[in-house]
Amino acid sequence: MISRFQRILFGAMLIAAVVMAIVLLRMRERAHDRLMRAAESQPLSPPSTAAPVERITLLVANDLDGSLIPVERSFPMPKDPNARARVLMQKLLEEYAAPKSTHPIANASGVDEVFLMPLQQEKDSNTTGEMAVVNLNGAFAQAQPSGIEPETLTLLSMISTLHTNLPQITQVRFLVDGQQKDTLAGHADLTRVYLASDTQTAVRR
Amino acid sequence: MRSIRWTDFRNTLLGLCALLVSAAAAAQETPPQPNLPDMGKPPAVPSAPRAQVEPLYVVVLDAAHGDSDVGVQFSDKLLEKDLTLGFSVRLRQALTSHGIQVVTTRDADAKISMLTRGESANHAMAAACITLHATATGSGVHLFTSSLAPTPYTKFLPWQTAQSAYVTQSLRLSSEISTALGHVSVPVTLGRTSLQPMDSFACPAVAVEIAPLIGGNTTKAAPLTDVSYQDKILDAMTAALTQWKNDWRQQP
Repeated sequence: MISRFQRILFGAMLIAAVVMAIVLLRMRERAHDRLMRAAESQPLSPPSTAAPVERITLLVANDLDGSLIPVERSFPMPKDPNARARVLMQKLLEEYAAPKSTHPIANASGVDEVFLMPLQQEKDSNTTGEMAVVNLNGAFAQAQPSGIEPETLTLLSMISTLHTNLPQITQVRFLVDGQQKDTLAGHADLTRVYLASDTQTAVRR
Repeated sequence: MRSIRWTDFRNTLLGLCALLVSAAAAAQETPPQPNLPDMGKPPAVPSAPRAQVEPLYVVVLDAAHGDSDVGVQFSDKLLEKDLTLGFSVRLRQALTSHGIQVVTTRDADAKISMLTRGESANHAMAAACITLHATATGSGVHLFTSSLAPTPYTKFLPWQTAQSAYVTQSLRLSSEISTALGHVSVPVTLGRTSLQPMDSFACPAVAVEIAPLIGGNTTKAAPLTDVSYQDKILDAMTAALTQWKNDWRQQP
C-alpha cells in the first residue's frame, strides 16, 4: 500500500521533470537561434572592400622634368600598416601602367610584398621609425625602362609615396624576387638603404 | 779623466737627440695639396717663400657599360654601351685639343668592373670625373650627382661612399655643366642618385645622361644619333670643363 505522502511526492517530481524538460528544450532552441543569427551577421564580402575609403597621396614621377607630382586618390585602405603599404605601391604602379602615363612601366603588379620593420635604436644615433622592405618581382624589373633617370624616379616615387602616407617609414630597401640585386635595370643602386629624406629635392610642390 | 769622458758622452747624446727632433719636425712639413678640401688646419706660420707647384688638371671620362653589359637597347643596332664609348672618344679628343689631360676608364668594347673604374678614377687624382650614360626617356641632358649626404674630408674614405666628401664640389661642377648646356639651348634636368661607380669616386663627379631631344616651342626634336645634337653637348661639356679648370682649386 503506497502512502498518500509518497504519491504526492511522486506526482511533484514528475511535474518537475516535465517542466525541466520543457525548459531545456526551450533553452536549446534559443541557443540554436543565437548561433544562426551570429552566422548570418558574418560579412559576405572580402575585408578589403569593407575597409573605409580614405584619401591617399601618390607621388607620381614625371620623366620630362624629373619631378615627383603629388596626386590625390580615394581608395578603401586596410588598417594593417603592411597591407596598407602594399596597397599604396599597387595603386602607384597602376598609375604607371595606365595609358598616357608620365612615367610608363608596363607592369601594374610589380610589388609582391612590403614588410615593415622597426629600426633598431643605436647609441649616438637618432634614427627612429620603421624600415620598409619592398619586394619587387622580376617581371617588373624587366619591364622597367633602363636609364639613370627612369630608374631613380621609380625608386624615389615609391619611397616618397610610402613616407607621405605612412610617415613612420623613414628608410626603404628594395629586393627583387626576395633577393638583393645590384641595380634595378642596370643603373640605380639597389644594394643600399634609401632614406625618406633623399626624395625631398625631387618632389614638385 | 772619467768625468771629462762622461761630459763628452752626455753632450754627444744631447746633440743626437736635438738632431733627431729637428729631422722629425722637417719630415712632418709636407707640401700642401691644393686639390684636397680644407681640413680645418690652423693658420700657417709665415715661412720662407716656396716655389709654386701647379697641380695637374686631369679629367676622368667613364663610358658606362661594355661587352655583355649593353645598357639600354635603343634598337637592334643601337646600344647604350656604343653610344657612351663613341661620346667618350669624341669628348677626349675635344678636351685634349684644349690642353686638358684626360684619363678614360674604357677605350674599347670590354667589360670593366665597377671596382676597376673606381680605381682608375681615384688613381688619377682627377679634378673632375664624368660618367657617361644614355637613355630613351626624358628630353635633353640629365645631370646627376650623388645622393650621399656630404661628409667632411678625411685621409681615408670608405670605398662605397668616397664621393660623400666631394658632394659639394660635384654640385658646383654639375651647375657649371648645366650653365654651359643652357648656352647651347639643350634642356637640362638636374637630379641626385645612387650610382656605382660614381659613389666610389674620390673627385668632383657628375653622371651625364644623354636623352633624345623632344621638340618644343624653342627646341627642335633630335634623336640620340643626331651629330649636330651631339656636337652641341660636346661643345658645352668642353667649355664647362675648361672653365672648371679655373674654378676647381677655389673649392673649400
